[in-house]
Amino acid sequence: MYALKDLPKEELFCSGHRLCAGCAHPISVRMITKVLRGPTIMVSTTGCLEVSSSIYPHTAWKVPWAHVAFENGAAVASGIEAAFKAFRRRKVTDKRVDIIAICGDGGTYDIGIQAISGALERGHDFVYICHDNEAYMNTGIQRSGATPKGAATTTSPAGKEIPGKPEWKKDFIGICIAHGIEYAATATPAYWGDYLMKVRKAIEVDGPAVINVLTPCPLGWRYESKDTIKIARLAVLTRYFPIYEYEKGKYKLNIKVPKPLPVEEFLKIQGRFRHLFKPEFKKDLEEVKLYVEENWNRILKLCGET
Amino acid sequence: MSKIIGLSGNEAAAYAAKQSKVDVVAAYPITPQTIIVERFSEYVANGEVETEFICVESEHSAMSACIGASLAGARVFTATCSQGLALMHEMLYIASGLRLPIVMDVANRALSAPINIHCDHSDMMGSRDCGWIQVFCENVQEVYDWTIQAFKLSEDLDVLLPTAVNFDGFTITHAMEDVNVLEDSDVEEFLSIRKTKYKLDPDEPMTFGALTLPDYYFEVKRQQEEAMKKAYEKYVNVVKQYEALSGRAYNYLHEFMLEDAEAAIICLGSTAGLVRQVAKKLRNKGRRVGVLKPWLFRPFPSKELLKALENVKSLAVLDRSLSFGAPFGPLCSDVITTLFSEEKTIPVFNVIYGLGGREITPKEVEDIFNLALKAAKTGKVEEKVKFVGVRE
Repeated sequence: MYALKDLPKEELFCSGHRLCAGCAHPISVRMITKVLRGPTIMVSTTGCLEVSSSIYPHTAWKVPWAHVAFENGAAVASGIEAAFKAFRRRKVTDKRVDIIAICGDGGTYDIGIQAISGALERGHDFVYICHDNEAYMNTGIQRSGATPKGAATTTSPAGKEIPGKPEWKKDFIGICIAHGIEYAATATPAYWGDYLMKVRKAIEVDGPAVINVLTPCPLGWRYESKDTIKIARLAVLTRYFPIYEYEKGKYKLNIKVPKPLPVEEFLKIQGRFRHLFKPEFKKDLEEVKLYVEENWNRILKLCGET
Repeated sequence: MSKIIGLSGNEAAAYAAKQSKVDVVAAYPITPQTIIVERFSEYVANGEVETEFICVESEHSAMSACIGASLAGARVFTATCSQGLALMHEMLYIASGLRLPIVMDVANRALSAPINIHCDHSDMMGSRDCGWIQVFCENVQEVYDWTIQAFKLSEDLDVLLPTAVNFDGFTITHAMEDVNVLEDSDVEEFLSIRKTKYKLDPDEPMTFGALTLPDYYFEVKRQQEEAMKKAYEKYVNVVKQYEALSGRAYNYLHEFMLEDAEAAIICLGSTAGLVRQVAKKLRNKGRRVGVLKPWLFRPFPSKELLKALENVKSLAVLDRSLSFGAPFGPLCSDVITTLFSEEKTIPVFNVIYGLGGREITPKEVEDIFNLALKAAKTGKVEEKVKFVGVRE
């Protein structure tokens, strides 16, 4: 566990970036940079974080950082990792460089899943962190494979007939674990100690490691900027977003929630779920609640907590 | 010192990459390029190279991984063709836009649909404007030579552009020829290790692939075009240095009996050999014909082309790909533009041939020469775009 006073004061992700007030991404990136092990190279895919932190001729990155395209964070990281392996073999350098890819859920759950699958299967030594704000926020809040059922987005709007996205969220961590990787975890900046511990653990794994971080988005989730961390915490306390990790075949529930708050506590302060509280969509709200319960029980079972 | 060994086009590509001491190869197999990947994996399996070889899950990731490795400062090689190249398309622009000296051997093959595994130039012509330097090879020897020279040209700090080395699928990829190969040490000396101006380096953090809005994007693209001009200038040094090493002389274009030619054929790749053979035969009959084969296709050698065609009175341009709905095939468009820009108005016609691996025969080439000779005499062209070898 980390103590605040022990974390480095130096900021490797600078102020002056143009991310929205209350956006969880810069909070998450700052947390990541506090627990780096040594020389690090970062990669991002196209998305909010990229377009807001690297507007030429400015940059918010004080670590070497590259953006290539929307769907290939894992493949680009593979190439960088391979280059340093080759350099060490040729004795060009003896430096070990940690490689971290920070990508959004659209470039991860959907279009990037092939590149991620390939990189995990090949076993490249890198950390893949998905900033999961549950939609394509950068392009105007469209549904992604990470969007939960019932959430209204601009391509799954809440209408008279259909109350938001009809499909459930993809189990990205499950997909990653199925590749036989050593380490995978979920996290949220609301539980910073847990998150920092996981980032460092992931870096220290010799091979690929994946973290899915829930990063609330004031614009897309439609809530007040000041509530980001509150909502991230509510996601956990309502059991909507279970915080767990997988390490060498063993699951562990990191944040236990013995007395959960009602799921409505998490849903009602966000505009994207507002319609679920209309009488005509009562059934759908119940379905979401049931899903949250079932998903929690599934994770509990994996973690041997039942 | 050099030695002669028997190699297929694909093997020559792999051998040249091995001797070029590439740091990273990221590639995905696709017919007829597969053997490049296979041979290279054998080098890796036998410990003959220090290369990090990434067997990626797609060509899109192959080029993405190449971009990552090149950004880190590595010497990078890959190979592909056809659908694979098409899948890379998005990344090709990023490789050149980020000014990464990646070398890629392309075993030219037709594009779907209908699916076809044989040679034409549709694949590379589809990526004609992606900002890569492009050379076309005629035979296995040229594949070997150009793969090595490509690293030199691409990695020049004034150039920093990726290069595609094109060679005809099956016709060259699977043809076994005697190849003059250099000593490992000679290649090492010729290329030395890759130098970098900018790279992903924790000691000197830099940002790559930034978002560039209307206030800067245009300038970046303008500089890319300047880099192409630099590539054009530096090209001469590269081929001269390589000639000193290998004894094999390359230029922008290969000129054949053009000094006093009335009619000429211009074509890319392996077809040039056949066309020269037919030209020789016609010369014996007293017909004044010549052949022009560009090695360099991007940047396009306009100046040298005009000079080579100074005395020619008519021209047939062979295209092994189609630009649907365009006035001419890609090569012919470039040739006509070049001629027109210098107000050189000679009769020119375009021959579309060989799509999907269709053979072109000596008789067909002879007919094309005869048409060109006729055009030289009359000053007129009857058919601007002619399809040769197709059942109409």
